Amino acid sequence: MNDLLMIRKNLFRRRLRAILMIVSILIAFAIYGVLASFERAFNAGQERATPDRLVVLNKINMSQPLPISYYSRVGAVDGVAQLSPISWLGGYYREPKNFISAFAVYPEDWMRLRDSDFVFSQDARTAFARERTGALVGARMMEKWGWKVGDRIPISSSIYAQKSGARAWDFTIVGSFTSRIPQADTNIMLVGYDYFNETRSFGKDLINWLMLRTTSAAMNERVGNAIDGMFANSPYETTTDSEKAFQKSFAAQLGNVALIVELVVGAAFVTILMIVGNTMVMSVRERTREIGVLKTLGFPGGRILRMVLGESILLALIGGLPGLGVAMLLITQVRGSLMNFVPTLTLYPDIAVGAIGLMLLLGIITGLLPALGAMRLRIVTALGRN
Amino acid sequence: MSSASDPMIGIVDLRKTFTKGKETITIFDGLNLAIPKADFVAVMGPSGSGKTTLLNLLGGIDRCDAGIIEIAGIRIDRLSEGQLAHWRASHVGFIFQFYNLMQMLTAAQNVELPLLLTRLGGKARRERVEAALAVVGLSDRLKHYPKEMSGGQQQRVAIARAIVSDPELLLCDEPTGDLDRRTADEILSILQLLNRDFGKTIVMVTHDPAAAQYARRALHLDKGHFIEKELAA
Repeated sequence: MNDLLMIRKNLFRRRLRAILMIVSILIAFAIYGVLASFERAFNAGQERATPDRLVVLNKINMSQPLPISYYSRVGAVDGVAQLSPISWLGGYYREPKNFISAFAVYPEDWMRLRDSDFVFSQDARTAFARERTGALVGARMMEKWGWKVGDRIPISSSIYAQKSGARAWDFTIVGSFTSRIPQADTNIMLVGYDYFNETRSFGKDLINWLMLRTTSAAMNERVGNAIDGMFANSPYETTTDSEKAFQKSFAAQLGNVALIVELVVGAAFVTILMIVGNTMVMSVRERTREIGVLKTLGFPGGRILRMVLGESILLALIGGLPGLGVAMLLITQVRGSLMNFVPTLTLYPDIAVGAIGLMLLLGIITGLLPALGAMRLRIVTALGRN
Repeated sequence: MSSASDPMIGIVDLRKTFTKGKETITIFDGLNLAIPKADFVAVMGPSGSGKTTLLNLLGGIDRCDAGIIEIAGIRIDRLSEGQLAHWRASHVGFIFQFYNLMQMLTAAQNVELPLLLTRLGGKARRERVEAALAVVGLSDRLKHYPKEMSGGQQQRVAIARAIVSDPELLLCDEPTGDLDRRTADEILSILQLLNRDFGKTIVMVTHDPAAAQYARRALHLDKGHFIEKELAA
């Protein structure tokens, strides 16, 4: 026998109560795991944002376009090293429910700009730059739809139609790419801006935004001011932000996910804290006499304190670890169907480590008061001998 | 080498009071007591005479206001709480009226509890537990839980727990108060055996004159003072 066995036996002396507490902790940590993973996935763009990349948007809001002529004017600004126009297709594959995250870009410019995020083979680079109707497709999207290089795929747009009246564009997959960093999502498709621009029925020579890289992050502010100043009082005024700020405002369109997560998780944890804390106090109070006996036998106060704290920590771990397992299972189950909206959805290791830290904290907070009470308990009081 | 005439317990000018609301109740005021090694003393007296308080003080689970309490040459009235806990673990065995066993532990695990405070390994602990349970005649109940045993058996487990770390002093508080006569006699015979054959010094608080007959002598506590009575062997 050892202290751990005693801790375990004490924990399960009222089996139903222990199971109910474990289940409530399990649910709290499952909620935490799922919501924290969603929050991380929504903000993945911010994490992979590089400090020297800027985004030029219409000053009104990001749904308003900019003229393609800005491409050359912005490119001439001192401090701009690379840039590419980007247009959002609003694409889908065969049916509107099969949403496809597709963008029209200048192929060579875009690949240079995203070299730090993605790995492009030389063949893919060459083919995408050469083929007017070519599409460059990320590895996850290829895998999701079972596509391969050379396939000809119809991509429709929920925004645009072709001048001919056709809703779908036929693109040939000329290459694929993989991610260089975990946060860079490869569930995307790129097509050539020139081909898309020439064939669409409206919105000619317009783009959604420009992405650029400055010669150094220290130049960001000066470059941004120069660009926005250049287009001030024009029909298409601009606002130039860091890529991180752009991703943040993009994610904010879905609502303040971080706040929602904090509120839900906070409410769940405060409730659990009160339930488990109260139950631990009751549980230790029921054992007053036994604690007195242990002290009579010579168990020092510090050891009693460790045993009670060990019990509350063990309880938090027994409930919390399976809770994380449930979260992982849920995320795995929904990842496929949510791939288009939250492509990097996964239970990140640091979220799991943070959750284990929370479990330990929960155990310590809920166990500390009863543990201190048990440590300070006078034997004669515990045994009712005065 | 110690002999039976060496003092095991020495109490000099002991003072102990309790505060109840605004009232201070004096339990002992100048109590003196000497008990030699390997003695078996029954402490009797009316309710409220201080029997249990005396046992608490001898076992280092309560503090005196003044005076000296010396057990086997150690001034326990001077020890800190931590030192007292360590001292109790190696020098005293307690036997309570209501056994005070851990309900979720088996007989063997209950007996093993005091050994968790020693540096003995698992095998040595197991051997000691088995030996202690053999002394009280419960070798066949190692894996039984308290609720699966009779009162007498539970008290035997409590005795095994008290002796497993081989303390010199056993303090018993009404050890037969919750048992029928026949079972009480069995328990008292075990205590007598521990005193006679293993040289344990035993101080037993009891209301029962028949139980006191098993002791070598009886001390009557009344209004904070002792009156000694010799018992027939």
